[in-house]
Amino acid sequence: MAARFAPPRYASPPPRHPGGEEAARLVVAGGGLVGLTVALDLARRGVDVVLLDEDDTVSTGSRAICFAKRTLEIYGRLGLGARFLEKGVTWNRGRVFHGEREAYAFDLLPEQGHEYPAFVNLQQYYAEAWLVEACAATGRVDLRWRHKVTGIENRPDGARLAVETPQGAYTLHAEWLLACDGARSFLRESLGLPFVGQVFRDRFLIADVVMQADFPTERWFWFDPPFHPGQSVLLHKQPDDVSRIDFQLGWEADPEAEKDPARVRARVAAMLGPKIPFELEWVSVYTFRCRRMERFRHGRTLFLGDAAHQVSPFGARGGNGGVQDADNLAWRLAAVLTGEAGEALLEGYEAERIPAADENILNSTRSTDFITPKNPAARAWREAVLQLARRHAFARPLVNSGRLSRPWSGQVAAPDAPVLREGQAEWLLRHIGHDGRFTLIAREATPPALPGVTALMLADTPRPGTLHDHSGLAAARLGLAPGEAALFRPDQILAGRAPAADRAALAALHAKALAR
Amino acid sequence: MSTLSTEPRLPDPDGFYALVMEAHRGLDEAASRALDARLVLILANHIGDAEVLAEAIALARRAGEEEA
Ligand SMILES: Cc1cc2nc3c(=O)[nH]c(=O)nc-3n(C[C@H](O)[C@H](O)[C@H](O)COP(=O)(O)OP(=O)(O)OC[C@H]3O[C@@H](n4cnc5c(N)ncnc54)[C@H](O)[C@@H]3O)c2cc1C
Repeated sequence: MAARFAPPRYASPPPRHPGGEEAARLVVAGGGLVGLTVALDLARRGVDVVLLDEDDTVSTGSRAICFAKRTLEIYGRLGLGARFLEKGVTWNRGRVFHGEREAYAFDLLPEQGHEYPAFVNLQQYYAEAWLVEACAATGRVDLRWRHKVTGIENRPDGARLAVETPQGAYTLHAEWLLACDGARSFLRESLGLPFVGQVFRDRFLIADVVMQADFPTERWFWFDPPFHPGQSVLLHKQPDDVSRIDFQLGWEADPEAEKDPARVRARVAAMLGPKIPFELEWVSVYTFRCRRMERFRHGRTLFLGDAAHQVSPFGARGGNGGVQDADNLAWRLAAVLTGEAGEALLEGYEAERIPAADENILNSTRSTDFITPKNPAARAWREAVLQLARRHAFARPLVNSGRLSRPWSGQVAAPDAPVLREGQAEWLLRHIGHDGRFTLIAREATPPALPGVTALMLADTPRPGTLHDHSGLAAARLGLAPGEAALFRPDQILAGRAPAADRAALAALHAKALAR
Repeated sequence: MSTLSTEPRLPDPDGFYALVMEAHRGLDEAASRALDARLVLILANHIGDAEVLAEAIALARRAGEEEA
């Protein structure tokens, strides 16, 4: 049996000035997946971060398990990509069952020539533990475990936080505050900021089950299976022989009674059959919600992740969406703090991440509506779709067991592609944003030198000092004709394209991306 | 821009009507509802035009409300 994860216990530092006051340039409140990601990104950009978390360990239970390609690319930029690939379970096939039978199978068809696959399954606690290590290694993140925020006063010059620790309380004045304290955000609630949306009248039992069964590494979703009639079930494989099983229970279910291990064991046994021994690692019962804050920025306090928006897990859009918030905000904030850009640059965070959150909410709401039909008509329609899907390809796109996380459709993230550098195999994306800067790529042309911008030449034939596009995939995916250039922001998002010779146009794109 | 055609277009309206009635014969309410749902899905896919479908849905709703 594979080694199991042992949750780390992090030391809780004593307050610097017990009972007194302290000031910090930037405070991240909440060291979950999103808080740790934004702290690491900022630290790598040279910003000192104080990170407060009320707990002294990582996430309990697997929670976010599906890490999408874009998230993996972000972790690639942050130096953790290889760990996700090594430890995570890569998958791209899904099967949908209806009743006793398979309705159909799908392939997320990852085209060749990308460093990262469509999805990797990994328990959230691994991701968080690696992020903590990486934050510590920068020497710029002051990790304060069991420092709980118990009060906030939001002011034009920052936030005054009341912090409690086992060794006394203190006041922390944060010039900038990143609120990453999760779906039940204390900061959001103390500031009286509304969090509006809908609750789905259904309950789900989520179990992490340790077993050695020969299930393929695929996503299996059942509508109305014989072992759990009238409801749906989802099975997903994670590392360490852990499988995640979600049982839909219905609104009438009693959440406490459902958590009874004997009851859970009976459900799992009915599913797996008598021959597969298993152990329960973690069990929880959820009611899902989709909601968001009206604004993510309130002066010098900015909300990220579940604190700002919450989705139902079908589609794996919660953690992935939150990591993309961090990716979007970190470079902006670093540019503002170093004086490279003005505060106007922060407006882009809301302009991009609010519609992105809406897109995630829309998709996960539609999935949840399909999985939990609200009335007899919805149930009849779903049955009709599932029946037709068995034999008719046209009905399959209508089956919605989760629309898996994709980057926001309102912008273009830099594509990956295989390239050669001095004859060595490399990935295109590793040359975009990995140095923390803007990147200008010109095809078959020398890009102009712009201050603060890394310039690269993409060559159709091998040439020293260039990236050789030996397969032609890089130019095709970048959409670059010879003589054209593309400018990418530090978060690998396309700022625009222009002729490589048009220095003024490229400089204008750069200035615009920096809200100058 | 395509629009929903509401001109009479069925060459043999009585024949079409009879076919649908025949399909529902002997079905209980649930099975009939399921049949109608499958039929709409099949036709919707055949039409394949989002605007036409949205207009058709709006018209169906409106016609029901006018009656009520
Ligand atoms: C069952 C389930 C399955 C899921 N599956 C997926 C999936 O497959 N893919 C996916 O992308 N997402 C998934 N998610 C969603 C994902 O887990 C969340 O979106 C993600 O954890 C959000 O990260 P966060 O950092 O914003 O919040 P959290 O991870 O909740 O972190 C909040 C942190 O703030 C700290 N904190 C709270 N209050 C205070 C305070 N007052 N002072 C100091 N610290 C505080 C907490 O200790 C915690 O560490 C799933 C969620 C659930 C519940």
